[in-house]
Amino acid sequence: MNKRRVSKGRLPVALVLPAVVGLAFLLVPLVGLLARTQWADLPSRLFSAEVGEALQLSLVCASVATVVCVVLGVPLAWLLARGDLPGRRFIRALVTVPLVLPPVVGGVALLLVLGRRGPVGELLDGWFGISLPFTTAGVVVAEAFVAMPFLVISVEGALRAADHRLEEAAATLGASRWLTFRRVTLPSVMPGVVAGTVLCWARALGEFGATITFAGNFPGKTTTMPLAVYLALESDPQAAIVLSVVLLTVSVAVLASLRERWVAG
Amino acid sequence: MTLDALLQVDRAGLDLPLTVNPGEVVALLGPNGAGKTTALRTLAGLLPLRDGHIRLGDQPWDQPPRTFLAPQRRTVGVMFQDYLLFDHMSVLENVAFGLRARGTSRSEARSTALTWLLTVGVAEYALSRPRSLSGGQAQRVALARALATTPDVLLLDEPLAALDAATRHRVRTELARHLRDFPGHTVLVTHDPLDAMVLADRLVILEDGKVTQTGSPRDVAQHPRTDYIAHLVGLNLLHGNANGTAVILDNGNHLTLAAPAQGQVHVAFSPVSVSLSPVESTAPNTWRASVTGVEQHAHTTRVHLDNTVFADLPPTTVATLDFTKPLWASINPSDLRAY
Repeated sequence: MNKRRVSKGRLPVALVLPAVVGLAFLLVPLVGLLARTQWADLPSRLFSAEVGEALQLSLVCASVATVVCVVLGVPLAWLLARGDLPGRRFIRALVTVPLVLPPVVGGVALLLVLGRRGPVGELLDGWFGISLPFTTAGVVVAEAFVAMPFLVISVEGALRAADHRLEEAAATLGASRWLTFRRVTLPSVMPGVVAGTVLCWARALGEFGATITFAGNFPGKTTTMPLAVYLALESDPQAAIVLSVVLLTVSVAVLASLRERWVAG
Repeated sequence: MTLDALLQVDRAGLDLPLTVNPGEVVALLGPNGAGKTTALRTLAGLLPLRDGHIRLGDQPWDQPPRTFLAPQRRTVGVMFQDYLLFDHMSVLENVAFGLRARGTSRSEARSTALTWLLTVGVAEYALSRPRSLSGGQAQRVALARALATTPDVLLLDEPLAALDAATRHRVRTELARHLRDFPGHTVLVTHDPLDAMVLADRLVILEDGKVTQTGSPRDVAQHPRTDYIAHLVGLNLLHGNANGTAVILDNGNHLTLAAPAQGQVHVAFSPVSVSLSPVESTAPNTWRASVTGVEQHAHTTRVHLDNTVFADLPPTTVATLDFTKPLWASINPSDLRAY
């Protein structure tokens, strides 16, 4: 084969120009962020008390929220994919609402229900003395609320794509539905579960709107990385840049880990 | 203990009475879409009956509208058409899965599974992944997995269809041996007459959800009653009304038999016994035929006549015939079998 390029005519300017502008629009801010970073004092700032605190809080809250999402979301995905529920399509539509809802609205909704005066919050307070708003636990709740749909949609998609006849084979071998789920279904959709978990964790880590609305902004307690970035921008721009670079790094790492499944092709 | 079933399902219009004795192998033979796999799924419990019943001995498995035993509670072993082995488990774990699910301890399940792998001759792949096996090996593993729980009823869905021709004939004889050793009830589904003849004690021919013929492989092969079976076993089949040695066919033509018969008859004859000649003769069973198709089989040429009969001729004879000119076909009365 020769390497001669088959001429299909010139690329139309009407397409190329907006495309290049669009690409620049997406990349220039990130490049700018990296350009403004003072790399020399990055390590010292990274390990400073407030950055470390926010970073640690973010990692812990996002991880706990992800665990909550996996424990509740995988069964929910199974029910949607396999449960033969009446109104299954409607329930699936409801699950995706938090996906498109402005996170601030989600935070307000959580506050109304789980707040001390809210119907559920009142019960939690009265029976267990638990109050979620403006606590670290509240951060986890806000993050889980926003991130869970990512996991459910991803796992449900994997379940639908999986060969359900394998489950039939397991049933004819004497396996109960629970055993079939654990030993046959779950292992066969594991890549989907992993992808959903990573996506869910990344979404939880970046959560801002619902968190600040529901959990407030108390350093050491509810100030996660995105909130710290927002705060620091006014008082200490260099700290904001460092925090942003950390979040950017995490995002790129997530993207790289999902590359096989999401970006390839 | 007999497996006694009347399988009625809306899908494919299935209406199939079926009785299988212990140790017996029954083959459901029929064209694609006849409802064979649907029948198998109802026996396995993967599809509920609309009407009818499935009973094993005195235990009801499915009896609408009251009883329905879930698949995991039936003592069945199923070998699926594409085997459906669990890819994330080793071969050994696949075979042990049914035993574990039914409460056998891990070590006992593994040793039983290994014994089965030895029986079917793939023990050396015990720790391999199913994905790495060849078609023939995977087929054996699937059989071992279905048999490991010592089911009362063994269901095989097109057990050889996924194999290439070379592997197929070797695995077929092997499978026949395993089925002979199996003391339970076996129902196998196939569209391949050879598989059915070699593996089964009794054939049930299923067309459009209904039974069109049943009997031993030998009986079905010699006395086909529908065009589908006649075609499968390579015979010409005509239908008519006999009065002594004279038969008036449903299409209005006449035939002469060597042995007298009475009433509605099927007339079967081998395509080899049909001869073609450019010269008209006065011998009985001679008619003017037009050629509607010609195809080459291994060592003979198959000539389709009037879309109803085909004749197998040696290529040397075909070379002397001119298909554009009038031809006369004839059959010796002694080559006709009426029943």
